Amino acid sequence: MIEVRELTKRYGATTAVDALTFTVRPGRVTGFLGPNGSGKSTTLRMILGLHAPTSGSVTVDGRPFTDRPRGLRHVGALLDAGDVHGGRTARSHLAVLARSNRIPLSRVDEVLEEVGLVAAARRRIGGYSLGMRQRLGIAGALLGDPPVLLFDEPLNGLDPEGVKWVRGLFRRLASEGRTVFVSSHLMTEMEHTADELVVIGRGALIAAESLSEFAARGRRLSVTVGTPDRARLTALLLGEGAEVEEEAGLLTVTGLPAARIGELALEHRVLLDQLTTRTASLEEAFMELTADSVEYLAGDAR
Amino acid sequence: MTTLDVRVASVVEPRARFRDLVGSEWLKLWSLRSTGWSLLLGALAVVAFNFGTAWDHYRYWLQYDEASRAGFVANGMALWDAFTYNAALVLILASAAMGAVAVVGEYGSGLIRTTFTAVPDRGSLMAAKVLVVTVVQTLFGAVASGASFWSTQAMLSARDIGLPITHPGALRIVVASALLAPVCAVAGMAVGALLRKSAVSIVGAFVLLLLLPAVLTERRHLSAVLAHATPLHAWQRLGDAGPAVQEPFPWSTGGAWLVFALWALGGAVVTVLAVRRRDQ
Repeated sequence: MIEVRELTKRYGATTAVDALTFTVRPGRVTGFLGPNGSGKSTTLRMILGLHAPTSGSVTVDGRPFTDRPRGLRHVGALLDAGDVHGGRTARSHLAVLARSNRIPLSRVDEVLEEVGLVAAARRRIGGYSLGMRQRLGIAGALLGDPPVLLFDEPLNGLDPEGVKWVRGLFRRLASEGRTVFVSSHLMTEMEHTADELVVIGRGALIAAESLSEFAARGRRLSVTVGTPDRARLTALLLGEGAEVEEEAGLLTVTGLPAARIGELALEHRVLLDQLTTRTASLEEAFMELTADSVEYLAGDAR
Repeated sequence: MTTLDVRVASVVEPRARFRDLVGSEWLKLWSLRSTGWSLLLGALAVVAFNFGTAWDHYRYWLQYDEASRAGFVANGMALWDAFTYNAALVLILASAAMGAVAVVGEYGSGLIRTTFTAVPDRGSLMAAKVLVVTVVQTLFGAVASGASFWSTQAMLSARDIGLPITHPGALRIVVASALLAPVCAVAGMAVGALLRKSAVSIVGAFVLLLLLPAVLTERRHLSAVLAHATPLHAWQRLGDAGPAVQEPFPWSTGGAWLVFALWALGGAVVTVLAVRRRDQ
């Protein structure tokens, strides 16, 4: 469990993280979403004690992480796949980490096997692709078999097979009762991965709720209607109190369900060649919410 | 609200030991190919500078006049070849750079974040790193200095002017030259821990350990005091084996040893403390 309370980080006049409060619970995958530069990485670094908060606090399983003399058995983290020395082999990189935490060398081979790097384990990391580095970073996070795992943009550079594997891994880790906290700037990545979401924009909390709750927020139904007689149908729809926009020869109608639009067209003998209901995607909900926060904060800063 | 049937992950952890950090840092150093090469090439360069000087004296010995030869023997000048000033500069260069790289190599690659996430007790980790670098550099210095003494005196012995290690001051030169390596490496680590950027740190270490001592003269009191506080001048003092040179501000070998000790200790303390509070 990760508990973030009123966490704030300022660098000079810039506020990178602004009074964040949220809890990441065990047993599920929690997505940490925000546009680039919204403070995700800074927050993760503060959770790990790499950066000291300006104010507020963060605990991992009840204690500040910096209180632990050794970290790997408490938190496994992949912050940046590039946080390695290119001159070492994957195996020696992991062996160094394992040794510092009194983890047996046999565990290194286990995690290498788990992430599928056995064949490349004795090659130097400098020659690895980004996807292989991500796998190595994940191996490092798993090394101590920790109850809490943090991943910063772990899907970058992975091929579709890799993405599928990582999603399965996160599910499994969560089902084992672990706390899994995964950041991303793309909603589509989280859609099939996370159960819970923490969404931030410009360092401030926008939402901390389940994926379905979040999806409901941004759900605005619209209906796309195609007809040769657009002017007449538009007048009818406006008369019913709907909002209509015309684009590329199609009408986008909000505020009226497709069934009612169909009825109207039939009553007034308007020919329809298309009638499609669209639900706003999670991505749109995300964009809408973060765009708001950006505007709000930009205004606030003045 | 669903209740999840999850096993509460409990952490079973063995006691944290300093020696695991030392083992880890040892592994970290030797798992880079560059470590072995740097040490080998550094030692070869140092020995080559000394051996070259001894060879020069061997080669041109017969061309010196009688008085020069007598003076060479009387003043025990064979010991000057055992570890020359130029070789000391090369040793400082190599050790300061290797020390700085032991720290900034982790910052440059970002590895430091991985390291401090695995070991949140940053101070202990840096202390382990200092210990490992000190041990490796002491061995490096001992090999470079020992091989220099042996090879130069063997060369000069071909003219019957080589000196044994038991000669007064000979052992002191060998030990002081050997210890110059860890002293400068730890100072380099401290500069690296403070500055964190590779190029800036290496240049900073060179300025501190080479340029600064070179511009400080022995002729004015303040300048001489500052000069005596540098490892290079301390090494020169410890290498003075012959008759007392007329210096305006003489100082004891005890003082020179103390300068060595304070640099090593101070460097270690700065390296450990520099990582404590700052954001990584």
